[in-house]
Amino acid sequence: MMAKNENKTHSPLFHIVKREPLPWYSALGVRASAIILALLLSAVVITILTQKNPIEIYKAMFEGAFGSTDRIWNLLQQLAMLLCVSLAVTPAFKMKFWNIGAEGQVLVGGLATVSVMMFLGDKMPLPVLLIVMIGASVLAGIIWALLPAVSKALWNTNETLFTLMMNYIAIQLVAFFLKKFVKSGSGVLTPMPEYGLPIINEMPYLLNIIVVAVLTIMVYIYLKYSKQGYEISVVGESENTAKYIGINVKKVIIRTLVISGALCGIAGLLLVGGTNHTISTTTAGGRGFTAIMVSWLAKFNPIVMILTSFLIIFLERGAEQVSSQFRLPSAISDIITGIILFFIIGCEFFLQYKIVFSKHRKENE
Amino acid sequence: MNNSNTIALECRNITKTFGSVIANKNVNLSVKKGEILSILGENGSGKTTLMNMISGIYFPDEGSIFVDGKEVTIRSPKDAFDLKIGMIHQHFKLVDVFSGTENIVLGMRNKKFNIKKAQKEIQETCDKYGFDIDLNKKIYDLSVSEKQTIEIVKVLYKGADILILDEPTAVLTPQEITKLFNVLRKMRDDGKAIIIITHKLNEVLEISDRVSVLRKGEYIGTVETKNATEQSLTEMMVGEKISLDIERSEPQNSVDRLIVKGIDCFNSDGIKVLDDISFTAKSGEILGIAGISGSGQKELLEAIAGLQKLSGGEVIYHNPKTDKKENLRNKTPIEIRNLGVRLSFVPEDRLGMGLVGNMGITDNMMLRSYKKGKSFFLQRKEPKKLANKIIEDLKVVTPDANTPVRRLSGGNVQKVLVGREIAASPTVLMAAYPVRGLDINSSYTIYNLLTEQKEKGVAVIFVGEDLDVLIGLCDRILVLSGGRVTGIVDGRTAKKEELGLLMTKAKSGKENE
Repeated sequence: MMAKNENKTHSPLFHIVKREPLPWYSALGVRASAIILALLLSAVVITILTQKNPIEIYKAMFEGAFGSTDRIWNLLQQLAMLLCVSLAVTPAFKMKFWNIGAEGQVLVGGLATVSVMMFLGDKMPLPVLLIVMIGASVLAGIIWALLPAVSKALWNTNETLFTLMMNYIAIQLVAFFLKKFVKSGSGVLTPMPEYGLPIINEMPYLLNIIVVAVLTIMVYIYLKYSKQGYEISVVGESENTAKYIGINVKKVIIRTLVISGALCGIAGLLLVGGTNHTISTTTAGGRGFTAIMVSWLAKFNPIVMILTSFLIIFLERGAEQVSSQFRLPSAISDIITGIILFFIIGCEFFLQYKIVFSKHRKENE
Repeated sequence: MNNSNTIALECRNITKTFGSVIANKNVNLSVKKGEILSILGENGSGKTTLMNMISGIYFPDEGSIFVDGKEVTIRSPKDAFDLKIGMIHQHFKLVDVFSGTENIVLGMRNKKFNIKKAQKEIQETCDKYGFDIDLNKKIYDLSVSEKQTIEIVKVLYKGADILILDEPTAVLTPQEITKLFNVLRKMRDDGKAIIIITHKLNEVLEISDRVSVLRKGEYIGTVETKNATEQSLTEMMVGEKISLDIERSEPQNSVDRLIVKGIDCFNSDGIKVLDDISFTAKSGEILGIAGISGSGQKELLEAIAGLQKLSGGEVIYHNPKTDKKENLRNKTPIEIRNLGVRLSFVPEDRLGMGLVGNMGITDNMMLRSYKKGKSFFLQRKEPKKLANKIIEDLKVVTPDANTPVRRLSGGNVQKVLVGREIAASPTVLMAAYPVRGLDINSSYTIYNLLTEQKEKGVAVIFVGEDLDVLIGLCDRILVLSGGRVTGIVDGRTAKKEELGLLMTKAKSGKENE
């Protein structure tokens, strides 16, 4: 801290102590003031860097997220997709299995979907095709998650590295697929909406949103009220306790990653079969990594995750609008997003610790 | 060095809090040169916190520390060392693959450093105070008491004048304690100021010149040892008169419940940790297991509970209901339970193994019972009832049944764990160090619970470290040394010295003096 080595009778300026848990309203207050502080600081930064009125910028962010019906639909769709991937990583993370391979698991789920659409689309009736699509995407996601899980359970390999590397394999697989089967010069696979998931009431995003809403409730109930969810918590908190009461830790690891991978596969299915109807190497769009933040910020509670993923999508959409409306480089919106996230994550520290300034701080002798 | 009445170290009005927990409140303390001061207090009374502030690990919230009459600020262990304060921690901080000398000189910053010269100087220090140790042996070849010696020589060699020893006798046999005390007396006569932290009354009376007592973080007072008795110190420590006797009933209708025959076990490093262990645990009696820590106690209990792979031998359980004999060897905990064996186990590591720290009492009750029934979902009703019953019956202090158990004090955590294990109405109950870290009142609650189980006909296996308690509580005492059984004695006639000898017997052949 503020150490002056030559002066021995000088108290440190402050030290950090753990605090007792705050009541919920204080905790909420701390978080609210963190957001206000973040907005204030961003305003100063914006004014200095761009000489624009920060209120205008914030207005544009709001516009970007909620400005029109289209934009609201878009926001909800993005939210649903991010939330879906976050739901997928949550059981693994709750078990302290650092699955950072959701990106790849989503991508192979999408690849399986697109393959079914392309090669089987004209060979079977639509309802059968849909079932095959669902099965293929879920299976692909499971395989991608299962490889690192089995290796971890049997040989105690490092799941972080393993899942991370599986991402690159998935990306290269998609690249290979495109190279091999796309005949046009652009290298872009033409969308095949005729083989996509059904559209409810001419609202293209509604199905995705409903599916994810149902999944959210299911994952919430699974984690909180099922025996398997309880086993996940015990293994995550202490593997020794799990062994002590006779939980088969290997089985739990594998079973949980099957669920995690299956949910990622569904995310891939919804992205490709539900909205894009095509695939590229960026279809997952970094959601596999952002989802980790969503999940941790919500402390693995699927209901709270709706809020945290909303926050992140709101910032993303708003920042895009700011860049285009004011013709500012996208770095500016990244800075705003960064400042806000910094404050929100940073305030967690103040919820757990307090800083005590020395009362009897002595002047130099 | 003969200024024996000057104060070496003084603490004035030290306060330290951790969140809502007050670890130290207005503590005053002083130690003179050429004096041994005992800090006495139950576990959780703030002894170690106070010493950690003196040795620079924590920083006090309020109050001041004086060394040689001058106010000082100790921000780090290095600051403490510059003030010639040396601390010998309960858990040794040595590099296993280095020799004694290498560990002692580790971190020295002399420019002209010469290990041969250093070795000579260290040897002189050893001779001066009567340490009997081979400095060239690697740490992993040393016994616990020798490791402690290295720690003490280390701080002496680095020039410490104020020595703090945190529970130095906890891991030693009675013989080793006598040796340690002789050395401490020599250091005192040499003008060192020595603080020893302990909660063992007989040792306080034997070694110290003055005693300072802490209770629940508060400073109670300091007395001259010659004016104190065990009873008077206990009252200061506990704040009320309590009886120190354990009621021991005669075993009724004992039958052989668990027969362990010649079991062997290797740990993950391939070292034999259990060597041909045989004994019988009988219903309606408490079988004590004594031994220096790390003599195989943990592995033995885990082997019976199905958590360790055995390479030889048998564990036979005699089922009182079906009168069948089951071999539990290399069965998993679930297979053992499915055989109808009602085996309860209170492990040494309460929050890391017996309970889940971040879960509430209710969810911790479920650990044993959540699998019951075919439903996919959890049944929280019964565990909740059990949680409330345990809170009420055992007087667990907690805001409610959902507060994470890691926020409870050590005694309450143990009541929750023992309560759950007893609630399973076991026929065999194993408890490893069930009173470690508990205050006197909680300890007696646990002793009474164990005795109650014994009277119900349960075969109780109790691993303990306090020989007085083992002798007072157990019907028979099995002594382990280096993974072997060195004796099984009757608890009613056993003597501490006898147990002490058995605890060191046959370890390396030459250590039993």
